[in-house]
Amino acid sequence: MPETFEPYIVGFLCNWCGYAGADLAGTSRIQYPPNVRAIRLMCSGRVDPTFILTALKRGADGVLVVGCHPGDCHYISGNLRTERRVALLKRMLSDLGLDDRRVRLEWISASEGERFAAVVKEFVEEVRALGPNPIEGNTNET
Amino acid sequence: MSTLENFWRKSDLTSEPKMGVYICHCGTNIAGVIDVEALRAYTESLPNVVVAKTYTYMCSEPGQQLIRKDIREKKLNRVIVAACTPSLHEPTFRKVLEEESLSPYLFEMANIREQNTWVHMQTPKEALELAKDQVRIALARAEKLEELHPKEVKIGRNALIIGGGIAGISSALDLANAGFNVYLVEKSPTIGGRMAQLDKTFPTMDCSSCILTPKMVEAGRHPNIKLITYAEVKDVQGYVGNFKVKVLKKPRYVDEKKCTGCDECSKVCPVEVPDEFNVGLSWRKAIYIPFPQAVPPAYVLDDKNCLGLTPLACAKCKEVCDPEAISYDQYPTEINLEVDTIIVASGYEPYNPIVDEEYNYGVYQNVLTALEMERMLNAAGPTSGRVVRPSDLKEPKRIVYVQCVGSRNERRNVYCSRICCMYAAKQARQLKEKHPDMEVYVFYIDVRAFGKGFEEFYEKTCREYGVQFIRGRIAEIYEDPETKNLTVKAEDTLLGRPVELDVDIVVLSVGIVPGQDTKEIQNVLKIPVGADGFFLEAHPKLRPVDTTVDGIFVCGTSAGPKDIPDTVSQARAAASGATALMATGKYVIQPYFASVDEPLCGGCGICVPLCPFNAITLEEKVAKINEAVCKGCGVCTAACPATAIKANHFTDEQIFSQIESALSR
Repeated sequence: MPETFEPYIVGFLCNWCGYAGADLAGTSRIQYPPNVRAIRLMCSGRVDPTFILTALKRGADGVLVVGCHPGDCHYISGNLRTERRVALLKRMLSDLGLDDRRVRLEWISASEGERFAAVVKEFVEEVRALGPNPIEGNTNET
Repeated sequence: MSTLENFWRKSDLTSEPKMGVYICHCGTNIAGVIDVEALRAYTESLPNVVVAKTYTYMCSEPGQQLIRKDIREKKLNRVIVAACTPSLHEPTFRKVLEEESLSPYLFEMANIREQNTWVHMQTPKEALELAKDQVRIALARAEKLEELHPKEVKIGRNALIIGGGIAGISSALDLANAGFNVYLVEKSPTIGGRMAQLDKTFPTMDCSSCILTPKMVEAGRHPNIKLITYAEVKDVQGYVGNFKVKVLKKPRYVDEKKCTGCDECSKVCPVEVPDEFNVGLSWRKAIYIPFPQAVPPAYVLDDKNCLGLTPLACAKCKEVCDPEAISYDQYPTEINLEVDTIIVASGYEPYNPIVDEEYNYGVYQNVLTALEMERMLNAAGPTSGRVVRPSDLKEPKRIVYVQCVGSRNERRNVYCSRICCMYAAKQARQLKEKHPDMEVYVFYIDVRAFGKGFEEFYEKTCREYGVQFIRGRIAEIYEDPETKNLTVKAEDTLLGRPVELDVDIVVLSVGIVPGQDTKEIQNVLKIPVGADGFFLEAHPKLRPVDTTVDGIFVCGTSAGPKDIPDTVSQARAAASGATALMATGKYVIQPYFASVDEPLCGGCGICVPLCPFNAITLEEKVAKINEAVCKGCGVCTAACPATAIKANHFTDEQIFSQIESALSR
C-alpha cells in the first residue's frame, strides 16, 4: 500500500442531526481530516442500501452514515430502520469480498460537533488501515 | 444494480440545464483558506455552467442582485451558491429565485464554510480539492432538481391546548381574544397548574395566586374557550388543519353547573387522604375542591378513595347536597374534537429527591423540598403561613437550602433547572421577612441570576436580608434521633475549609423534570423528545415553540426548565404561531412529501407500517400517501422494492447523481 493513500469517504448525513452536527463542528472550528464528501438527506432512513453499494462499487473507500440518536429521530423512528438495513448490508459485504468496516453507521446529534469530528477522524484512520477499496476499476489507488 | 442504471438512462431533461454558480468569500472565512478564484476557474470547466462568479458576501443585497441579474440576462434555470450551510441562507437565495419567477426548488447550496474552510483551516490545498468536489456534487444534484409545487390546504379556526397551567391559560387567552375557538384540556380537576401552588413569585414578590387567578377566571368564562378539565387526550389522528382528537373525560360525580361550592359535602365525608395541592402536608376529603379559587369552581369526588360507588357504601355527601349536584351514576366519557392546531403545555414535575441517599429525604422528617416549604409559607397552606419543623411543629431558628438537587449532576440530570437559585433566594427572603432573627444559609454551586431583575434581587437578598450564600455542595446530613435536629457537613469551596452546621430544617432546592405524561403525549402526537426528556423544539434558536410536526407547538416547562416569565413568553409565542397558521384560512405545505408512481406500485404494503406518521394507506392494492401528513423522511422510498415511491427533492435520481459525481474525479 502506498504511503500516500488518502481514503475517500462518502457520507450520508441526515439533515437534523448528522448534518447539523457537522455544521456545529464548523461553527466551533473543530479541525478534522478533509476526507469526507457529504450528501445531505432529510433522514438517515432515506439511505437506501443501494446508495451505499453504489458508492462502494464506484470506488469509495468507506461510507459513513450518520443519523440521530435512537429516540431523538426527527421522524420518530427513521434511524431505527437504518440501523437494521445497515446491519443487514454489513453481513452482505463480506460475500462481496469487502471488509464490513468500510461501512459505518453513527448516531451524532446536532449538539455533538466535537463527536462528529472525532468520528470522522477515527473512521478515516480505520479505512486508511484497511487500504484502498479493492473493487475492480477503482481509480483511488495512488 | 440494473434497475438503477435504467433509472439514470430514463432521466431526460427537456431543456438543457443552464447553471449559475456563485462562490462566496464570506469575508476571509472562505477566501482566507481556499483560493476562491481557483475554485471559480474549476467550476467554469464543468458542463452546463453558464456563469461562475465570486463575491465578498453573496448573502448581501448586492450579492443577491448579482444572481437576479444573471437569471434575467443569462436565462439561468439552476442556481448554485457555494457558501455557508443551507440551514442559514437557503431561504434567502430561494427567495431570489422566486422573485425572478424561477422555481425556488431549482436552487442548491454547497456548504464550503461550516463543512470545509472552518474545519480544514490547516490544509488549504486539500480544502480546495474538497470545495471543488462539493461544487461538482452540488451541480450534479442541481441538474436533477425538479420544479416542485407547494401544496395548499384549508385550515379552520379551532385550537386544542393540552395543559391548563399558566402556559396553557396564556396561549388560550391569546387565541380566544383573537377570535379562535379553544379547547383547553386539563388532566386535573382545575386549571391553574403548578403556579397555583406557589406563594410568591421572584423577583417581584407578586403573590402568585393574585396574578394567576384572574387569568384562570378569564379563561373559565371566555366565550371562545371550552374548558375540559379532569380529562386527557387519548388519541390524535390527522394533520395541520385536520386533527381528529379523542379526549377521555373522567367522571367528576359533581355537576359543575349545579355545584355552589358550599363545602357541605366535604364536611360530612368520612375519608381523609393526603392533599396533593399541599404536597401531602395536609389532608383532604374524598370529595373536595383542590383549592378555593379552582376553575371550574366545583367539587370533585375522587372515586379511588371514596368508600365505594358500586355498590354505594356511604352516600353521605349526596344527602347533604342541597343543589343536588352530586350524581353517582357517571362514567368516563369520550369527547371527539376536530381542531386545526395543537399547543402542548403539559408542564413539569418537581424532581423527587427520594433517590438521593445523601439527603435522607423521606427518612429525616425535617428535610423538605422547596415546594413543601412554599406551601408552608402560603397563608392558605397547611400551616396557615407559619413555618414549622414537621417533627415537632416548632419554629425553626436555622434553615439550610441545598441547591442543584437533581440538576447539574451527571448521575441525575445534567441540565440546570433555571429556577432553583431564584426561588431559594426568594424563600430565604420571605423567611427573613417573617423572622428577622432566623439564620438562613444557601449552599450553592453557582448562583445563576440571569433574568431581568434577578441579579439585583439576589444581591439585595444577601446584603439587606443577610441570607448567607456559601459555595459548596452538601456532603452529608445527619439527624439527631432524639431532637430530630440536623447536622449538615459541607465544604466552603471559596474559603477551602469544611463547614459544619446544626440546623432545624434542610430545604432541598429540587429541579424540574419532564411531566409524567410526556411519553404518552409524545406517542399520541408523534412529536420528538430530546435526550433530557423534554419536548424537542424544531430549532433551539429560531423555532423555539414549533415542533417537527406542522401545526403542533410546544411551550412552557414541557419543552424544558424555565421560570414563569419565560413560560408565558413561550405560551404567547405558541399562540402567535398557531394564529399565523389559522388566520389566513389556508396553509402551504413544503413539497418534500413522497408520492407514489401508481403503475409501478405492486401493492405489497411494505411501506405502510414503516411510515412513522401513518401517512400511507393501501387502497385497492395501491399505496396512497396523504401529502399533508407525510413529512418527507423518505423511509418508505428507501424500502420500496419496486422503486415506486418518490421522495420529492431527495429523489433516487438526485442522490445517485450526487454519488456518481462524488466518485467521478
